[in-house]
Amino acid sequence: METTKYLKSLLTPKGKKQESAVMAQSLQSQENTKYVLETKGLGIYYGDFQAVTSVNMPIKRHKITAIIGPSGCGKSTLLRAFNRMNELSPGTRIEGEVLFEGENLYDPTVDPVEVRYRIGMVFQKPNPFPKSVYENIAWGARIHGFKGNMDELVESCLLQAALWDEVKDKLKQSGLALSGGQQQRLCIARALAVQPEVILMDEPASALDPIATLKIEELMQELKKNYTIVIVTHNMQQAARASDYTAMMMLTDRQTRSGTVIEYDDTRVIFTNPKDKRTEDYVTGRFG
Amino acid sequence: MTIYKRAEDIMLRKTFENEIQQVKDDILLLGSMVEQAILNSVEAMKKRDIKASERIFEEDKQINKKRFEIENKLMVLIATQQPMAHDLRLLASSMEIISELERMGDYAKGIANINIRMGDTPLLKPLIDVPRMARIGVDMLHQALTAFVNEDVETAKSIPVKDDEVDALYNQVYRELMTFVIQDPKTIERANWLLWVAHNLERVADRVTNICERTIFIATGEMAEIKSTDDEFWHSQRQQK
Repeated sequence: METTKYLKSLLTPKGKKQESAVMAQSLQSQENTKYVLETKGLGIYYGDFQAVTSVNMPIKRHKITAIIGPSGCGKSTLLRAFNRMNELSPGTRIEGEVLFEGENLYDPTVDPVEVRYRIGMVFQKPNPFPKSVYENIAWGARIHGFKGNMDELVESCLLQAALWDEVKDKLKQSGLALSGGQQQRLCIARALAVQPEVILMDEPASALDPIATLKIEELMQELKKNYTIVIVTHNMQQAARASDYTAMMMLTDRQTRSGTVIEYDDTRVIFTNPKDKRTEDYVTGRFG
Repeated sequence: MTIYKRAEDIMLRKTFENEIQQVKDDILLLGSMVEQAILNSVEAMKKRDIKASERIFEEDKQINKKRFEIENKLMVLIATQQPMAHDLRLLASSMEIISELERMGDYAKGIANINIRMGDTPLLKPLIDVPRMARIGVDMLHQALTAFVNEDVETAKSIPVKDDEVDALYNQVYRELMTFVIQDPKTIERANWLLWVAHNLERVADRVTNICERTIFIATGEMAEIKSTDDEFWHSQRQQK
């Protein structure tokens, strides 16, 4: 219930945010919790198959954490565990804990829908709702009981996603009519509309051209001032350019085909002086 | 938080640009530390202030530390930002420039070392041309670093010419000291000390030329040696003999 109250306080119109006592309290508790998210001995199973094994990893506040590694090593699975998205596939279960602000996300009392509001997600392929640009953003907030000025919210989210000027005259047009890069920024704006604390991005730029990619990366640098970002990327250079911390994932062995985080460090260290030979081989392109 | 109204407002690679700017600022800072060390080392010798020379040893540690700090930043930028073309030339050349600066700091330390080793022995002659060499060398360095930051090719090309002045002064000091030695061979050690000081300062000016070459390379992509007047000097010396 505390969480719901807190969430509602976030959804009050912008100016009042600072006055909220709940918010102040929450900010205080945020400072006390070192990490926004933290996994402890996290294992993820699809039925009998263990996709991810014993991951212990922190996600630091207002930083960009990249998860890199070869295909099929469980990067997206791990990312989806951060907002209980895996549960949407039947037969999925986890062991260990994922702590969000110090509380276990998988505690039976926690509502997964609420989790997904506070920890938003942007996917590989832009997936706007088949609705107007305006509704793409307003919908989630409205469902969640947003009572403030919706126009202001829509404008603010589009501004944060660097999309406002491009769509301000097309708010009633379908979100699907936008270009790929615009659609992806619309999805980012949509994620921002419920004012999450964390934004998970699963290959957010892999369907975009290099310039749109760099724009998304630069946008992330702005967004991290207010949000915590976790990004999965196949593009090592993107992780190197855009992230503050990097987690390197790899299969533990070829038989079990289960992935784990083999090294986690400051991105600068991962790309200049990794400790694990396998990370070194991967980032230098010698992994095979 | 910066608000972008449209994607076009996002300055591509703004983060990288800021980091490049920081590296340039750091190099300027390292340069000013070196400039100060050179001037102080000569001033300490002029005043025969041993304590001041000892301080230069401490300051040199700071110079070395700063150099490694910048080198590390450059390495991280090369590894994480995949610089290409101009950016690559700039970062690779910066690596070279900081090493030149660090060596210039070592020359200042060398001068401080001579002053300490001289102990109570008085100077063979009052220092007049040597501080002048230091002044010109430091001015050249300052201009070279300004040209580097602004990628000003014209200035970078014009600075090495001033090396002639330094060489001429060095030549003058050399001849003067030789006169002392010829008159009284016992002065040889004291003359030698001063000659080393002058030699160190002459090397400073040579290294400034290297910085200018790098600046031209960054701006134009042309890697060429600026013709050294030293070569001409030694050539003429040989011919005179």
